[in-house]
Amino acid sequence: MDLPTLWFFIVGFLFVGYFVLDGFDFGVGMSLPFLSKDDTDRRVLINTIGPVWDLNETWVIVAGASLFAAFPEWYATLFSGFYLPLLLILLALILRGVSFEYRHQRPERVWKARFDRMIVVGSAVPAFLWGVAFANIVAGVPLDANHDYIGTFFGLLNPYALLGGLTTLLLFFTHGVVFVALKTDGEIRGRARRLAVRAGALTIVVAASFLVWTSVAFGTPASILLSAGAAVVLVGSFLANLRGRERLAFGLMAATIGLAVLSLFLALFPGVMPASNDPANSLTIVNASSSQYTLEIMSWVALIFLPLILAYQGWTYWIFRKRVTREQIPVEAAH
Amino acid sequence: MNEFLDPLLLSRWQFGLTTIYHFLFVPLTIGLVTTVAIFQTAWVRTGSLKYLQLTRFFGKIFLINFAMGVVTGIVQEFQFGMNWSDYSRFVGDVFGAPLALEGLLAFFLEATFIGLWIFGWDKLPKKLHLASIWAATVGSILSAYFIIAANSFMQNPVAFRINEEKGRAELTNIWELLTNKVALAAFPHTIFACFMVTAGLIIATAAWHLYRNQHLETMRPALKFGLWMMVGAGALTVLTGDQLGLAMVETQPMKMAAAEALYHTATGANASFSVFTLGTPDGVHELFSIRIPYLLSFLSTHTFDGTVEGINNLQEQYVQLYGPGDYSPTIWITYWSFRWMIGLGMSHVLIAVAGLWLTRRGRSPRWRWMWRVAVWAFPLSLGAMIVGWIFTEMGRQPWIVFGLLKTQDAVSPGVTGVEVLISLIAFTLIYGTLAVVEFKLIKKAIQKGPDDAPEEDPETGKLQHTATVY
Repeated sequence: MDLPTLWFFIVGFLFVGYFVLDGFDFGVGMSLPFLSKDDTDRRVLINTIGPVWDLNETWVIVAGASLFAAFPEWYATLFSGFYLPLLLILLALILRGVSFEYRHQRPERVWKARFDRMIVVGSAVPAFLWGVAFANIVAGVPLDANHDYIGTFFGLLNPYALLGGLTTLLLFFTHGVVFVALKTDGEIRGRARRLAVRAGALTIVVAASFLVWTSVAFGTPASILLSAGAAVVLVGSFLANLRGRERLAFGLMAATIGLAVLSLFLALFPGVMPASNDPANSLTIVNASSSQYTLEIMSWVALIFLPLILAYQGWTYWIFRKRVTREQIPVEAAH
Repeated sequence: MNEFLDPLLLSRWQFGLTTIYHFLFVPLTIGLVTTVAIFQTAWVRTGSLKYLQLTRFFGKIFLINFAMGVVTGIVQEFQFGMNWSDYSRFVGDVFGAPLALEGLLAFFLEATFIGLWIFGWDKLPKKLHLASIWAATVGSILSAYFIIAANSFMQNPVAFRINEEKGRAELTNIWELLTNKVALAAFPHTIFACFMVTAGLIIATAAWHLYRNQHLETMRPALKFGLWMMVGAGALTVLTGDQLGLAMVETQPMKMAAAEALYHTATGANASFSVFTLGTPDGVHELFSIRIPYLLSFLSTHTFDGTVEGINNLQEQYVQLYGPGDYSPTIWITYWSFRWMIGLGMSHVLIAVAGLWLTRRGRSPRWRWMWRVAVWAFPLSLGAMIVGWIFTEMGRQPWIVFGLLKTQDAVSPGVTGVEVLISLIAFTLIYGTLAVVEFKLIKKAIQKGPDDAPEEDPETGKLQHTATVY
């Protein structure tokens, strides 16, 4: 495998990692109004992701930086072209991140409610917009000869992209709810299981239509195979959840997201940013990538450190493997 | 109307504002994580509970601050592509590498082990828990190294060749990039300045409580720690700043000339350092100034008969080299930011030296107003840090990468002025609001003071009631 191809898949792997991990953070955030009856419930929900949301979010920083280093042209076109959607994602991530830290700093109900709303919005907006962004990448956008985006903000909100956004929104929502079922106990766990059934059914319908559309319009044999795989494991996750197999349901949900994202990358390959107006303006792994030397250096670093990173992050998840219960939430002392 | 919608100008304002804002939190993250690690080590080694209280107290302030540092940091990385896409296309092959290294080697380490530390009090063995905060410390400091190596490429581009066909700079040697002489001087200078800011916070906190005669058990050692940290870090900041100055004169003589507003090349006694100048706004005519002869020569060359090149002479050279154009930065900004950096920096080191003298061998200052002065150590040190960065970045103008690419050629061609205006307004509003909330929360946590030390379970030896929950 040549190095641009290797890096195409490393970038793909980092985005898979980001969506699988921060995906359930988004889902937990969005589920606050659906799964909680009081403040203690909400604190249980937030504490299921408390120790890990920050490291999960770090995946997007690393994915972005790797994109910059390995495919500067792709990074430049994507980030400047999708300016306003990325701005909204940034603002949402800011609000979500500070809200986790701020909401417990004061006891007043109004104070907490404000940050709860920000957590919900701050989770839903990126969950939706990442899907919009990736659908647009796969479908292609108008680019000039310098590879700069020449469309408009509303041009990004086309039907296919909106369906893509709805798909990631629902996938992450269900992923988060299944995660809650796995990580809590008592009433909240029951509520999460029931919600996961309803949300899961809807997700299957929406995600399947998006994957079919992608396969028909942009598919390659490999991407279609992975899309089909994603659909199968999604149904598998749904069935596992029905039978109360929480760990299996969560694992299959993660696999669904991983396979779906990978199938988008395969539909794209070897392009990275197809131009919808003129194929000559498209970016591919060849004309978007960094020099051989830079990719060599980066490859050594990634090959040495990625296993190490996976090891210590896996260990972290193992340390925090226990379920979070209402009993662990201390009665609110006057702060 | 159109001049207000200039994407270049708006993007520069946005980058400047968001970067300064981000860097309000970074020094405290770096300094406090180190401080907390030191206090926790002291507790684990001595078993003295006051160190445990200090660990948890400064740990709490660290966390409030850390969240802001993280979320504003993502903005930084995205902005290169969003607002400066032609810059990204031109230098991505070189500049992207240290950013990716930063993510892989530093950010993951920092984020993972900070999570473990916050929520691991009741889940990890004592020593492993201590190791987590040290791992997070290593991650923080390492991330500073990579980002400064990246920034140093913009100040002094090394380890690259220009690929004419692709119209970009390409990396030729990663080691050379990471050992850029500017990076080797700027990294310790920045880290020690971060420690100064943190020392400022610790001094201010301790002084606030000691003024009220409360939490003496913990705040007396905290004050001592902060004062020594300030004096030590202050001395090292000066020494490394001197090294950075030499590297700057060598690599960016225009920046040094602009720092002194030196229009004409000067030698020896004439290469004087002006402490204060009143002049016409364009800086061409001087009305009044206080000058120290030889000092500029010494700062620039470490000799008393050195020659320091002036702005006009350098301008001529650069026109020869790079073609017609104005190659000097905005002089009043570089002149005054350089002075304020040094002045503010010295002012809080003086506060710390005075503090050490006044509190020697357990004494207490005779005059109570002194505690109030000590509280200023924090805002002054933060101010010095900010103007230092303004000097560094504004002094590089009109270049974004010195000698290679001008800022005006780096901006995203496809992004409109309206779009940048929208984002600038959005960032300003959200950052402004969060600044108020953040300031109040940190102030509240500081004023509440340390909690009582958690007790150990007599049977298991584990600390009770230390579990952290959101």
